Amino acid sequence: MTDASVPQNVAPPPAEVPDVDLYHAHSWITKYVFSQDAKVIAIQYAGTAITVGILALVLSWVIRLQLAFPGAIPFIDANVYYQSVTMHGMIMVVYMLTAIFLGGFGNYLIPLMVGARDMVFPYVNMLSYWVYLIATLVLVSSYFFPGGPTGAGWTLYPPQSILTGTPGHEYGIILMLVSLILFIVGFTMGGLNYVVTVLQARTRGMTLMRMPLTVWGIFAAAVMALLAFPGLFVACLMLLLDRTLGTSFFMPSLVELGERKDYVGGSPILFQHLFWFFGHPEVYIVALPAFGIVSDLISVHARKNIFGYKMMVWAIIAIGVLSMVVWGHHMYISGMDPWFGFFFAVTTLAIAVPTALKVYNWVLTLWHADIHFTTPMLFALGFLVTFVNGGITGLYLGNVIVDVPLSATLFVVAHFHMVMGIAPVLVIFGAIYHWYPKITGRMMDERLGKIHFWITFLGAYAIFFPMHYLGVLGMPRRFYEMGETAFVPASAATLNIVITVIALAVGFAQSIFFYNLFKSLKYGAPAGGNPWRAASLEWQTPETPPGHGNWGQQLPVVYRWPYAYSVPGAPEDYLPQNAPPMRGEHSP
Amino acid sequence: MTAEPVTTEHVTTELNLRSSLHGMVADWSSDQRSFKSASWGKAMMWIFLVSDTFVFSCFLISYMTVRMSTTVEWPHPSEIFALEIGGKKIPLILIAIMTFDLITSSGTMAMAVNFAYARERRKAAILMLVTAFFGAAFVGMQAFEWTKLIHEGVRPWGNPFGAAQFGSSFFMITGFHGFHVSIGVIFLLIVARAVWRGDYDVGRRGFFTSRRGRYEIVEIMGLYWHFVDLVWVFIFAFFYLW
Repeated sequence: MTDASVPQNVAPPPAEVPDVDLYHAHSWITKYVFSQDAKVIAIQYAGTAITVGILALVLSWVIRLQLAFPGAIPFIDANVYYQSVTMHGMIMVVYMLTAIFLGGFGNYLIPLMVGARDMVFPYVNMLSYWVYLIATLVLVSSYFFPGGPTGAGWTLYPPQSILTGTPGHEYGIILMLVSLILFIVGFTMGGLNYVVTVLQARTRGMTLMRMPLTVWGIFAAAVMALLAFPGLFVACLMLLLDRTLGTSFFMPSLVELGERKDYVGGSPILFQHLFWFFGHPEVYIVALPAFGIVSDLISVHARKNIFGYKMMVWAIIAIGVLSMVVWGHHMYISGMDPWFGFFFAVTTLAIAVPTALKVYNWVLTLWHADIHFTTPMLFALGFLVTFVNGGITGLYLGNVIVDVPLSATLFVVAHFHMVMGIAPVLVIFGAIYHWYPKITGRMMDERLGKIHFWITFLGAYAIFFPMHYLGVLGMPRRFYEMGETAFVPASAATLNIVITVIALAVGFAQSIFFYNLFKSLKYGAPAGGNPWRAASLEWQTPETPPGHGNWGQQLPVVYRWPYAYSVPGAPEDYLPQNAPPMRGEHSP
Repeated sequence: MTAEPVTTEHVTTELNLRSSLHGMVADWSSDQRSFKSASWGKAMMWIFLVSDTFVFSCFLISYMTVRMSTTVEWPHPSEIFALEIGGKKIPLILIAIMTFDLITSSGTMAMAVNFAYARERRKAAILMLVTAFFGAAFVGMQAFEWTKLIHEGVRPWGNPFGAAQFGSSFFMITGFHGFHVSIGVIFLLIVARAVWRGDYDVGRRGFFTSRRGRYEIVEIMGLYWHFVDLVWVFIFAFFYLW
């Protein structure tokens, strides 16, 4: 770098790696279908994830209709109900949230935010999407097999998940397990790309401590996924062998319908350990990218640097490490040595410390800030509220003695929907409103966006907040119908009807978002390169939407962190990461 | 009295320790790359191997768990894995040969890496082929062992010698490891062909990735191969010696 305007002492070092040799697509097919461009792969990932997400949303209506009007809708029998519960949970957690955060936002934002031309291995990245797509198709195809999809619950606990009483025990469970194995294979290919791109393909001047928190969140989540998915992989493979070859990894000796099965001596608890060794980190695989994105949304739209950036980074790492050793809190009622319960309760509650630290830092970022109530900001604020709410009920459930009576009630359903359902989904919406101008070059409609926000936020609250109350009453989750149950008052049934009506309305209201999404493609106001006046690197691309290779002729050079907002003396109140240093500037 | 003089040895160790720690901190707080000496491919393979370690750990821990959870007695490994040669039963003889074979292949692999960096294409390619041959021989011996056990009535769902989980874990874990070796053999053949032809000298583009490869791919291949060997040592210890 021999830029004369740059003082020598701040000039970044020379490039360590020669600029990459990009693959240039020649046909429409290699450009948009079998594309090796991370940005196209991101949109494919997000599109597929949102499509199956809509299916899962419809399935949630089936669940809600049954709970509100038991037996009133002819096609919802017990089998359909359990299949809907299972597919809704599995699709939302794995195929929607994980895929959209890592495959969607990860692919789009990591190369742009760290100043790379693309992911490090574009071909493997492309394979990752196609394997994910096949996994999704295998899962959905279980609707077309005799017996339908599995109704084992998203946790797929053996022995019941592979016994004949469970719907979908013929093909559904096999397809579910095969699909999960495929998903993990596909994810591993993508995950390696995200991790190596962040570690090894940053541009000059981009230190780890100058990366936007979005990248930190996605990076930490990808690392965790690479360590946690092996647990699910092994569990799925062994369950598949139990189901197809009749091995007894998880199956003890048991009698079914008066007939003794051939299984002998397996350990069902082993499955739970393997499943939750994946299952708990999975919560943070979804939450950490959301934490990162929300930090950036708040900082940009409040025109203030994020409060305590270093603390935020270390909190992400601490949460990631701790979340690998808390899985046992999902198994308090499976029976465990009290000392294990003690250990898992302590580690679980310890996560509250870095998490609370993040919440305080978000609030302190907003303190005395120049808050712009744009749609992305509203969604970010909505996230703060729902996340704190869901986090606090997490403190209840993390304690063994409080968890035992509340386990398997609607309180748990309310808790995890608040903390890892609604909260991350609000972030996804906020992020789409925020980055849509970069992806398409046009703004989304703000008025429709605000209507969408208020309906979604208030509606989601109205759905899940009363559910805590139902749970405290003792109303169990996953029950097809309650029948005559003395401890459930009649008012609870009324409340269930109210929740269902709101759930249907909020679900339909999402069409406002999709209308906005597609309408703005053509009719949205032209956005320009940087409509939010954001400092991070993805807004500084020479073209909008960014072209193949992202940066034109020359890779950008980074001189500061991505949070240089309201800088005194700066020409426009902010300094992009790649603007040459100002005289007397003290940005990190 | 003066303090004991500090020997030069002490000083160097301390300095090395300090400079390596400082070096690590410096690398991780720098821009561009966190692992300064690792290329993208090498970093990716290392991280993949960490993930794969978790897969094999989960397998082995699950195996230990079912071995303890089952109520039926576990078959005796030195009898099950014995081979009758010349009318005498020799315990673990096949496994000894298999282990020796795989560890030898690690040696030839390391030599191949050395020759690849020295640009001695023919030698590198031949050593890779030898490695692939040892790998294929390993898989072949595994197939022989599987056949023998199947003939004796061992099945994934049960066996005449004891706990059903013996067959389940054995076929699953050695199968998964054998799958790793087979994949390794296929890639060794592909890379050996490219090295033999001199693809990495002329900058020929990969068929799928359309990227130019480098001789470093031999080392990356080697990382994978040594890992598969190392995993075998654990499987060997936990399965055959326990």
